[in-house]
Amino acid sequence: MTEAAMLEITGLTRAFGPGTGHLALDGITLTVREGELVSIVGPSGCGKSTLLRCVAGLIRPTGGSVVLHGAPVDNVPDRLAVVFQDYSRSLFPWLSVRDNVALPLRRTQPSRAQRHAIALDALATVGLPDTAQKYPWQLSGGMQQRVAIARALACDPVLLLMDEPFGSVDAQTREDLEDLILAVRRDRQMTILMVTHDIDESVYVGDRVIVLTPGPGRVRADLPVALPAPRDQITTKELPAFVRLRTEVSRLVRGQEGRPGDSGGAEEPRRPADPRGGAGRAEYWGRERNRSRAARASQE
Amino acid sequence: MSGAPARRAAGWRTTGHVLGRWAVLAAAVGLWEVWARQLGSSFFPPPSAIVARMYDQWFSGPAAHLFLTRDAIGNVLPSLGRIAAGLAIAVAVGGVAGVAIGRSPAVAGYLDPLLQFARALPAVTLVPVFIALFQLGTEMEVATIAFGTVWPILLNTIDGARSVDPLQMETARAFRLPGSQRLAKLIIPATMPRFFAGLRLSVSLALVLMVFAELAGSSNGVGYEMNNAQSSFDMTWVWATIVLLALLGNALNLLEQAVEHRMLGWHRGARGRTP
Repeated sequence: MTEAAMLEITGLTRAFGPGTGHLALDGITLTVREGELVSIVGPSGCGKSTLLRCVAGLIRPTGGSVVLHGAPVDNVPDRLAVVFQDYSRSLFPWLSVRDNVALPLRRTQPSRAQRHAIALDALATVGLPDTAQKYPWQLSGGMQQRVAIARALACDPVLLLMDEPFGSVDAQTREDLEDLILAVRRDRQMTILMVTHDIDESVYVGDRVIVLTPGPGRVRADLPVALPAPRDQITTKELPAFVRLRTEVSRLVRGQEGRPGDSGGAEEPRRPADPRGGAGRAEYWGRERNRSRAARASQE
Repeated sequence: MSGAPARRAAGWRTTGHVLGRWAVLAAAVGLWEVWARQLGSSFFPPPSAIVARMYDQWFSGPAAHLFLTRDAIGNVLPSLGRIAAGLAIAVAVGGVAGVAIGRSPAVAGYLDPLLQFARALPAVTLVPVFIALFQLGTEMEVATIAFGTVWPILLNTIDGARSVDPLQMETARAFRLPGSQRLAKLIIPATMPRFFAGLRLSVSLALVLMVFAELAGSSNGVGYEMNNAQSSFDMTWVWATIVLLALLGNALNLLEQAVEHRMLGWHRGARGRTP
């Protein structure tokens, strides 16, 4: 490894509720190097979003530590930006697109003209040069999420956190946005942590895929993604290496072991499955798959 | 489909619709006119007589005074001024206290029973108290209007400030917005729709309270004039005052709607798009 570790998560535990409470995360240990794009996948309710919120300093862990650039995270760090899944709620409907993007800059940029210039630049980067005067609700869902990405980029972050950023847009838009993120990362030096429940997406955009166990979340596997650099929605996804990896991630997410001899794998004994939760999860994932298949079919 | 003819057709439909609605009002007034003329009672003068009296009483002044008579300047304007002053106090107190209370759940919890109690208290019953406190006159009237209209604004604003979307608050934290900006750019705009819902109620209330306070004791104002008209048994004058109050009520509502329309353009737009 030539790059230095920028983010070190050690034994991160987070419980909700009084007493021992409901355990959302149970001893997550993870190191992210400068410039990496790490995908985090796991079944619903595995604490993916909680993990991201701990890294962002939005909630405090119950145990363990998050260290960014050698300093423990106890509040939202500078030069960190977040893209939330629910763009329609995370953008402010009373502000124009430009003012939404420029809003976080007020703290660091006293000049209004300068803030507007940065905002317009960020909007151009995400392919929305002519929307500055519009309101978010006048745009389509995919465009709103581009605005949210522009708002994050305008802060010039070194660490970008994305919480299921493309979970609420249609399949075609999702692919466009995935490519946008890859392009942005190529042009700007950024480390990206992206939570997703889409297995294809986790492999397609990631340098590494972290698979979490169903709640409480633990790291089940940490898989390097060795796919050639300019990724392409068609040609990358037909590579045998891609298909192999997505199948493996899919198995791991569903709670099966990776293929024997593979890297990663579960480093802890599997707990006896709770039949109710297990069935619920299988059903959830079946539904997710059917839905995305239907979405894709309707696109064609 | 070309847009222009369709739009024109829709425009005509809308015009027809509006005309139709006003036709109902005109027909009702016409019926009242016929009925009152046949009845010939001095208690129910025909609308034409009421309108003529309104003109004489208030709108036949010199052009330099915008055609307002001395009576209009001496009675209608003071009443409007009291409404404006009372509402201004209610907006300032209700808006500021509402945001402050709404954003502190503990305080809101403690104050809730007190606020519900105070709101349920009819403001007109406090007129004797205000008379004792301020004596008869403008201060008492403004206090009555302010006390009566502050509750809808306060309670709605508390609710609005309390229910700012948690994800929006989290977004503000994630982007490190300082407290002053969280207030100016997030909490206040997010509270506005509820604030205006309260203001709409308060505007209607203000008129009622103004009349009541002036009836109770005043040396000028529309309520005072109504008292005069009643004690001189001039029923046409009483009716003219009633119609004037109805017109004032409508004008105040239109004014409130215009301000709301301007301030909440985003709200209508965003709501229109959300399924």
